[in-house]
Amino acid sequence: MPHPNTNTSTSRRQFLKTTGGTALFIGTSGLLPTLISCSDKDRITKTLAQHELTAWVRLAEDGSLTIFNPAAEMGQGSMTSLPLLFAEEMDADWNQVQVAFSPQVTEIYGSPGWAPGTKLMFTVGSRTTNSYYNVMRNAGAQARYVLMYSAAQHWQVPLDELETEPHRVLHRPSGKALSFGELASLLQMPETLPEFGPDQLKDPTEFRWVGKEIARTEIPAKVDGSARFACDIRLPEMIYGVLERGNLHGSRPTLRNESDILAMKGVLKIVPFEYAIGVVAETLEAALTAKNRLEISWSEAPATGFNSQEIFSSYANRARSGEAGETVHESGDVSAALASAVKVYSGEFRNDYVYHAQMEPLNAVARISEDGQKAEVWVGSQQGPDSKLGVPGLLGIPPENVDIHLQYLGGGFGRRSMNDFVTECVLLAKEMAPRPVKLLWTREDDVRYGAYRPLSLQHLKAGVDGKGRVTALYHCVVGDGGNLVASGSRNDHYDIPNQCAEWRETSHGVRLKHWRSVGHGPNKYAIECLLDEVAAGEGMDPVALRRNLMARSPRALATLNRAAEMAGWDTPAPEGRARGVAFVEHGSLGTGICEISVNRSSGDIRVHRFWCALDAGVAVHPDNIRAQMEGGLIMGMSSVLKERITIVDGHVQQSNYSDYPLLRMNEAPESIEVDILPSSDHPEGVGETATPMVACAIANAFFRLTGKRLRHLPFTPERVREALAS
Amino acid sequence: MAQFELLINGTRHQVEADPGASLLWILREDLGLTGTKYGCGIAQCGTCTIHVDGNPMRACALRVENVSGGQQITTIEGLSEGGNHPLQEAWIAAQVPQCGYCQPGQIMQAAALLRQNPTADRETIRNYMSGVLCRCGTYMRILEAIERAGKAMTESKTA
Ligand code: FES
Ligand code: FES
Repeated sequence: MPHPNTNTSTSRRQFLKTTGGTALFIGTSGLLPTLISCSDKDRITKTLAQHELTAWVRLAEDGSLTIFNPAAEMGQGSMTSLPLLFAEEMDADWNQVQVAFSPQVTEIYGSPGWAPGTKLMFTVGSRTTNSYYNVMRNAGAQARYVLMYSAAQHWQVPLDELETEPHRVLHRPSGKALSFGELASLLQMPETLPEFGPDQLKDPTEFRWVGKEIARTEIPAKVDGSARFACDIRLPEMIYGVLERGNLHGSRPTLRNESDILAMKGVLKIVPFEYAIGVVAETLEAALTAKNRLEISWSEAPATGFNSQEIFSSYANRARSGEAGETVHESGDVSAALASAVKVYSGEFRNDYVYHAQMEPLNAVARISEDGQKAEVWVGSQQGPDSKLGVPGLLGIPPENVDIHLQYLGGGFGRRSMNDFVTECVLLAKEMAPRPVKLLWTREDDVRYGAYRPLSLQHLKAGVDGKGRVTALYHCVVGDGGNLVASGSRNDHYDIPNQCAEWRETSHGVRLKHWRSVGHGPNKYAIECLLDEVAAGEGMDPVALRRNLMARSPRALATLNRAAEMAGWDTPAPEGRARGVAFVEHGSLGTGICEISVNRSSGDIRVHRFWCALDAGVAVHPDNIRAQMEGGLIMGMSSVLKERITIVDGHVQQSNYSDYPLLRMNEAPESIEVDILPSSDHPEGVGETATPMVACAIANAFFRLTGKRLRHLPFTPERVREALAS
Repeated sequence: MAQFELLINGTRHQVEADPGASLLWILREDLGLTGTKYGCGIAQCGTCTIHVDGNPMRACALRVENVSGGQQITTIEGLSEGGNHPLQEAWIAAQVPQCGYCQPGQIMQAAALLRQNPTADRETIRNYMSGVLCRCGTYMRILEAIERAGKAMTESKTA
């Protein structure tokens, strides 16, 4: 919250700046230490002037700590894993820790490693634990340093004679000890605050909390109904906004019955957008009723005439044509290696559009001051390149006049890294200022105006030498969206000397976005299935073939061996079932094995069991990693067996769970077993490693069961029956 | 607009609404009982599941006039004192929720099942729960938590 009197606020604080660029602040009472790492002194002064308590941690006299989480919490566990790292280095007692979202101030709370020298608050790409690992540990170590410095001053002993145990500072020579709570009233601030590099932080073998079974901090609120999502926000004088966006992306609306709508009970205003008609009303019911009555003529759009299910033949022609695509990566000489190969295997793989289907439809609440100079937004966002989510630019006001109140996300999966819904809400609130506006997307809005994982086609060729070794892999992706279709086409853990992937661009005017695992889903499916075909053609066991390919990547190999062991790969599957294997690299490394059966008359595939072995580096919060793998696998099964968006003449054909079904509880497997391999390497993301395993593991199992190949995602019963009849 | 009396979590509420209004929006927007979530509005996802006289119902598909005749409505906020229903405890023990959005609906659906049949077997649980979607894919843990809670409930009865 902006402080009412910024000058007073600044002068009441002590401000210290060090060469290392770290500043430390003390609250007025001296009881609340706050630490800020930032290189720009003016920036810090300003930030502090606007936020009464901006920092990583607050300490109270009863010893309770509040640690700030800088990342979005969308179910992936950041509300626990990041503060845990901080508490570990601070040597805090985890039982005395509370967690709150940090303010959205990138300079202080961003993580590095995006572009050189930049920081972002952006919860995407399974980067959170990976990119905050050292940030949180350094900040925790600095908090510990302040406590030790204060104790040293109080006892008048050298700081290097002090040590800590959970929540206490000790001076062994004199036998003195002070708890963190007791130190709260004795805090003194050092002249300089060191930066702690990885070498000065705890060795993973010394961890007390990290890597242990820790209960997630926000779960109690998620079982009693009190966890707050943005759609749960209610403010005095709040009104409701909805938009009708149609189902032809990019089409422009003309409203034909404006006066009728304005005459409806409760309707306050019609707000036209380029691509939609907005209605604001006193109640949600009134807004939704008005939305249903809108009579709109829609213009043609770039997508007009596009039929998603007919496009694949042209994609296949593009893949086979000699056109030069954009090289995604290249090593060795694939053309020469294919030319000299003893045998070349090739395959074509297709995938339809898929939709995020996060359980909480998009929504936000915004309030803009009467003079238009201040804005508050309550939102579940994966944040963005700009931690104020573009709101300052929309309103022409400075970033410090915008407060983003981050709420829990009812699922993200990439959809909430696109803040189109925030923009809409702010534009409505601007019209209605100073009344706060709650914007709600209905499920139909969320489906029809979604931003999908693109459809694409993969054309692959693998060259094999006389000894059954894969010497070349060529991978051509045809589709819309650049990295959205190209990611995951590269293989860093298979020792294939000649590799090349290229992308051939298409464009259909359909909205696209990152969808959990992005291009890894379709691309790993294609790669792993082709390798399976090589194994079959060469008379090799699929696991044995991969073992050879992983000879130079012991960590990948360990996941393969462990998964094979868990699944009993060398023993026959139960009657009527078969197993399939797939390896995925997405930050962390994982091998998955599934066991399936097929109902040959209905075409239904049933996944009975799934085993998965993972190397994620340091496992910061193991139970959460298991949860991410379980959830990622279930989402994978759902998308692989059921989900697709189809487009006819540019119009999205689906609108709700009735025609976009998800996997349900009665279709979930009998068991999912996850094993996390021990490692002390830097942690890697785990949110997107499981999902891409599913398509290839199922398709490979299907081949072992039926001798047929599944080449088009999703594997709907109809496609399964076709494959069986082929 | 008309006046309706709703009996929710043991408390009487007078609400003004148009006949035909959905109970879901009345709970969430008028009464602030926001634990009941909106997911689809067409009785497909189960995230709005509540109890009406002990039976699991989808609040999005209930019209206000059909539940204002003295029926006892229970939402997640009224399931237990202080969130200590055996299912809620089991949910914490099994660390079920991820994003958490579907979980009030899951717990309300499961509570109705265990009231009727605390010793429900896996197949029964799977079928009974199949109307409540979870996009985060927490089904395996939901199953585990329901079995755990069923056990706790039967043990406390026999003890
Ligand atoms: S919101 Fe009621 S069942 Fe989906
Ligand atoms: S926990 Fe996210 S939808 Fe179920």
